[in-house]
Amino acid sequence: MNKARTNPFNTTAMHGALILYTLIALFPVFVILINSFKTRKAIFREPLALPDAESFSMIGYQTVMKQGDFFLYFQNSMIVTVATLFFVLLFGAMAAFALAEYRFKGNTLMGLYLALGIMIPIRIGTVAILEMMVAGGLVNTLWALILVYTAQGLPLAVFILSEFMRQVSDDLKNAARVDGLSEYAIFFQLVLPLVRPAMATVAVFNMIPIWNDLWFPLILAPAEETKTLTLGSQVFIGQFVTDWNAVLSALSMAILPVLILYVIFSRQLIRGLTSGAVK
Amino acid sequence: MQRARTRWHIAVFLAPAVLVYTAIMIFPLFNTLRLALYSKVDQERIYVGLDNFRTLFFDPFWSEQFWNALGNNFWFFIVHMLVQNPIGVALAAILSHPRLRFAALYRSAIFIPTILSFVIVGFAWKLILSPIWGIAPSMLDFVGLKSLFSPWLGKEEYALTTLALISVWQFVGIPMMLIYAALLSIPEEIIEAGEVDGITGISAFWKIKLPLILPSIGIISILTFVGNFNAFDLIYAAQGALAGPDFSTDILGTFMYRTFFGFQLQLGDPHMGSAIASGMFAIILLGVCIYLFGIQTRMRRYQM
Repeated sequence: MNKARTNPFNTTAMHGALILYTLIALFPVFVILINSFKTRKAIFREPLALPDAESFSMIGYQTVMKQGDFFLYFQNSMIVTVATLFFVLLFGAMAAFALAEYRFKGNTLMGLYLALGIMIPIRIGTVAILEMMVAGGLVNTLWALILVYTAQGLPLAVFILSEFMRQVSDDLKNAARVDGLSEYAIFFQLVLPLVRPAMATVAVFNMIPIWNDLWFPLILAPAEETKTLTLGSQVFIGQFVTDWNAVLSALSMAILPVLILYVIFSRQLIRGLTSGAVK
Repeated sequence: MQRARTRWHIAVFLAPAVLVYTAIMIFPLFNTLRLALYSKVDQERIYVGLDNFRTLFFDPFWSEQFWNALGNNFWFFIVHMLVQNPIGVALAAILSHPRLRFAALYRSAIFIPTILSFVIVGFAWKLILSPIWGIAPSMLDFVGLKSLFSPWLGKEEYALTTLALISVWQFVGIPMMLIYAALLSIPEEIIEAGEVDGITGISAFWKIKLPLILPSIGIISILTFVGNFNAFDLIYAAQGALAGPDFSTDILGTFMYRTFFGFQLQLGDPHMGSAIASGMFAIILLGVCIYLFGIQTRMRRYQM
C-alpha cells in the first residue's frame, strides 16, 4: 500500500539498530554468566569464550555456598517481597474500593493525600524511620522492611486500583446489595476477583524495586540473619573482591532469581507498563 | 435513612492503608524535616533553629561537599536526559513500527537490565571496565580504538559520567516502554491522514507523532528527575560510601548516607543527615512543582 512503510532497506536498518541495542543490553549479563562457570585461568585468558570441557569449573559456586548463606538471604528476600505484596494488595485494594465506591466528605482530599507518596521518595524520611524502628525494637527484623515497603507501595497501588474499580459495573454491586450481601462481602467476593488483572500489574510493579533495594536493608536490617539477597551479595562481593570466581558466581546467583521471575511475569509487566496504568 | 447512619465500613476499608502510610511515610518525612532543626550537644538534643543549614551552606568543610554533591547530581541528571531519554524514544519509535517482526522479543530483551539490582549492575560493569580483566580494552582493540581505553571508573574526570552512562544502560527500558505505549495509542487515522498529505517515515515521526507524545516525555522527565535526585545504590555498590575517586562521584544520596552514618574518622550525625534530606526534599518538591504547574498545564494536549 505504501512504499515508505514497507521499504526493505528501512526494515533492515530497523532490525540492525534493535539487534545492536539488544546486544549492548545483554552483553554484560552474558559475560558474567559464562565466566562464572570457568576456571580462574580461563576467566582471564579468554573472557569471551564459552566454558568448554577444559575450562569448566564450579569452584566459584563452591566458595559461595561455603562462605555465604545465600539460601538464607534468598529466603529473607522472598519473605519480605511476598509479605509486602500481600499487604500492599490487601490494604491498597481496600482503600481504593472506599475511594472509588463511596461518596463521603473528604473523598477527593483523601485521594490526593494518598497520592502524595507517588512522587515523594520515602528515602527522604530515613533518619526518622530509623529512629522509629529503633524505638519500636524493629531494627534487624524483617518486619521493619515489610512495613517500609508497604508504605512505599501503597500510594501507587491505591491510585491504579481505584482507576480500575471505577470501571466495575454499578448494577452488579447494587444487585448484590439487593440480595443482602454486606459491603465487605461485595468487596471480597465480587470486586476483588474482577480487578485481578490490575492487582497483578500492581504486584509486578512493586516486586522488582523491593527485591532490588539496597538502601533500607543496609540501614534497617544489616544483621547477618536478616540480610536480603541484594545486601547479602553486596557484602559478599565486597569481601571477596579478589576471588574472581566467587564474585562472578555470586553475581550470577543474584541475577538468576530475578531473571526467572522476569521470564514468568514479563507479559504481565509489559502489559501493565503499556496499558497506560501509569498515567 | 440509609445516609444518616454512620457508614463504618468506609472507615474500616480506609484505615489500614491510611494508618501504615501515615505512620511510616508521612510522619517520618515531617519528623525528618523537624530533626534538621535540632542538634546533639552532650548527649542531649537541643533546638538550634536553622544552624544546621547555615553549617551546610556556609561552613567551608560542609558547603564544599554539599555543592560538589549537588553539582554532580545535576550532571548525573543531565546525562540521563540527554542520553537515556532520546535512546528510549528512538527504540520505542522503531518498535512501534507496524509489521515489525520479533518486536516483543526485542522489547523483553532490552528491558532485562532494568530488572537487575544496582548491586549486580554496578559490579558487573566494574568488572567489565576493569583494566585487570581486560574485556573493555580487548573489545576496543578489536575495533582498533584501544588507545581510547583508560580505567574510566578510577579517573576523577570520567568516573561520574561513566556511572551515569551505566545507569542509563540500566534504565533505558522505562522510557522505551512508556513512549512505546504512547505511540501505540496514536490512532491509525491520524498517521494515514498525514500520509495522504505526503508526510511519511521520519518526517511523520517528527511532525505528527512527537508532538502527540510530548506529555509522555514530560512524565518521563519528571520520573528521571525524582529518581536521579534520590539515587544512591549504584554509586554505593560501584564506588563505596566515599564515592571515589576523591568524591568525584558523590551525589546527594551518598552524601546523606555518609553524614548520617559516619565513615572512617567522622562520626555519624543524624541531624546533619536530616538537613541534607530536607535539602533533597526541597529539590524534589521544586522539580515536581515546576513540572505540575509550569510544564504539564502549558503542554498542549491533543484530543485523540
